[in-house]
Amino acid sequence: MPFSKALNAGLRKAMEDDPRVLMMGEDIGKLGGVFRVTEHLQRDFGERRVLDTPLAESGIVGTAIGLAMTGFRPVCEIQFDGFVFPAFDQITTQLAKLTNRHEGRLSMPIVIRIPYGGHIGAVEHHQESPEAYFTHTPGLRVVSPSTPNDAYWMIQEAIRSNDPVIFMEPKSRYWQKGEVDVESSAVPLHSSRVVRTGSDVTLVGHGAIVTTLLQAAALAESEGTSCEVVDVRSLSPVDYEPILDSVRKTGRMVYAQEAQGFTSLGSEVAATVMERAFYALEAPVLRVSGYDTPFPPAKLEGTYLPDADRILEAVDRSLAY
Amino acid sequence: MTTSETPLVRVLDATGRFTPSDAAEPYLPLIDAITDAELEQFYRDMVVIRAIDVQATNLQRQGQLALWPPSRGQEAAQVGSARAARPQDTIFPSYREHAVTRIRGVDPLDIIKLMRGVSHGGWDPSDPKNGNTRLYTLVLGSQALHATGYAMGLAFDGKSGTGDVDSDQAVIVYYGDGASSQGDVHEAMVFAASYKTPEVFFLQNNHWAISVPVSTQSPVPLVQRSAGYGIPSVRVDGNDVLASYAVSRVALDEARSGLGPRAIEAVTYRLGAHTTSDDPTKYRGSDEEQSWAERDPIIRMRAFLEGRGASAAFFDDVETEGADAAEDLRSRTVELGPPPASKVFDHVYSEPHPLIDEQRAWRDSYESSFEGGAK
Ligand SMILES: Cc1ncc(C[n+]2csc(CCOP(=O)(O)OP(=O)(O)O)c2C)c(N)n1
Repeated sequence: MPFSKALNAGLRKAMEDDPRVLMMGEDIGKLGGVFRVTEHLQRDFGERRVLDTPLAESGIVGTAIGLAMTGFRPVCEIQFDGFVFPAFDQITTQLAKLTNRHEGRLSMPIVIRIPYGGHIGAVEHHQESPEAYFTHTPGLRVVSPSTPNDAYWMIQEAIRSNDPVIFMEPKSRYWQKGEVDVESSAVPLHSSRVVRTGSDVTLVGHGAIVTTLLQAAALAESEGTSCEVVDVRSLSPVDYEPILDSVRKTGRMVYAQEAQGFTSLGSEVAATVMERAFYALEAPVLRVSGYDTPFPPAKLEGTYLPDADRILEAVDRSLAY
Repeated sequence: MTTSETPLVRVLDATGRFTPSDAAEPYLPLIDAITDAELEQFYRDMVVIRAIDVQATNLQRQGQLALWPPSRGQEAAQVGSARAARPQDTIFPSYREHAVTRIRGVDPLDIIKLMRGVSHGGWDPSDPKNGNTRLYTLVLGSQALHATGYAMGLAFDGKSGTGDVDSDQAVIVYYGDGASSQGDVHEAMVFAASYKTPEVFFLQNNHWAISVPVSTQSPVPLVQRSAGYGIPSVRVDGNDVLASYAVSRVALDEARSGLGPRAIEAVTYRLGAHTTSDDPTKYRGSDEEQSWAERDPIIRMRAFLEGRGASAAFFDDVETEGADAAEDLRSRTVELGPPPASKVFDHVYSEPHPLIDEQRAWRDSYESSFEGGAK
């Protein structure tokens, strides 16, 4: 089933399981969200549990905080990555800190869903990668599934979490299909995963770029290089063991991301891998990322976003050490 | 006060008859003073921009644009207010003000560039040919604060309030009923009222913020919001170009003369989809759309002009001008090439920056490592 339908199924399941779960956001009711992720939820759960809110992001997150204080578990939808910033104040100064300020007497079981990233050819503010702002903020958990199965399970785990979770949805993957195993056990909220095994170089990334990493790995194989691919899935905290295990095996690592490189998740993971697996490394950890410029107009996306070629260039550089 | 009790300024009824509402009384001398040539210009503006708008919508459907937000149905509010502004005034649009920007001199192709993904801006607000029109703003409500700051600057520099309507400047800022819920719009009103800015808040209430009805944004007429901040506010029939013109003219002149900010709620309707990505059938009924189609601003103005004896040749001429403008837009759109890749690195900062320089250089050498050199 497509990624967006898997999310929809996961949201539905969470609402069925817990009557205190509610959805709020712009256009999520009748329209089912601009990406249709919440389609039919209002029809089936009513207007009290699926709220078409006024057009005010600070209002959405700020009132979700108050709702959580009364025992609800709100799931907020931010329509597009570039529109999370009106809510940024509430997320970073309030939501992230309330548990700490209350010395643990209060928890904030709020999920903020944000479609993010490029590859859809949209206009300005509709394709950004703001994840590092959130991973930089203590008190928040940040995750990003990249497959329908992970989307189905991780959204439920996020809703079950008593901490605020920033749930980053790689929007270019909404239409990507994959198996969803509703019978299996849950995918834990904070676990990275090896998605392809290999022996020469470890390729690591999160969100939409995992697909690009797999393409790069396939191309590398045809040239005789064996790449292992790790999907980080959880951006804060990061589950390091699978990454470190892989690097200990291959001795080389390339981190790829759509976001700007400077002070990014890739920077953090690269630094940590160098600290913890220094003697295993045959080459410095390399990063491939969007440039440190604003996300460009859609016609220049191809220049900006790392593609398989740019990842392979880094693989070659790594192997050249 | 409920909606029905809120006075509405209207001079033309839905059939184009001159039947002023009570609230229109103070504006009648101004309306009487409008010349025949100006009346015809209003009509011409509306028809031509609609032709351009329909063309742009089609271009999007054919994959030429990433997105298009149609202005169909909102022409009278936009044309009336834009024609009321004086040349020295500054315009802060949102993203649907195609009629306003065209009247100020912005080439519609510049909007196309934004919606096609060729540019993030499109036009140069400091170029006199663009009539002091600032760039479109896609983050809802942000521009209300910029407009207010700009108006503060005008006041601080003594560029308004001197008593000379030919040189005193004012600002007009456009936003929608949905945007009126954003904190930025409220904060803008607080600043505007505190600093008595020479500014008009022009709210186009087109009844829908994508799928969400205006009743979710406010149970009271939005005009009461601005009034609550101490800003004198009027509600106008936004499908009546004459009324829209008159209230805007008065509000701008009052603002420019140092009386402080003014607000207008233009009651109008988005006849089509929110943007080309939207499906209005999911959230609103065709009866509603039909009832507003009957109040179409262009039909109304045409009937009024016909009543005053406008010739068939005039209407034909306007049709032709619209068709030509649309055709011209199409041919120039399909010719738009991609921007050079180096544009990614341009103008990120005003002054040199080592990280950007390094990445630009890296990319150049990376590209030239491919056979055939840089893309
Ligand atoms: C801060 C922000 N949040 C969400 C959006 C997405 N969005 C674009 S237009 C729109 C509806 C705007 O409605 P309104 O202000 O009434 O103006 P209209 O489009 O009807 O002219 C939404 C939700 C946005 N552009 N900016």
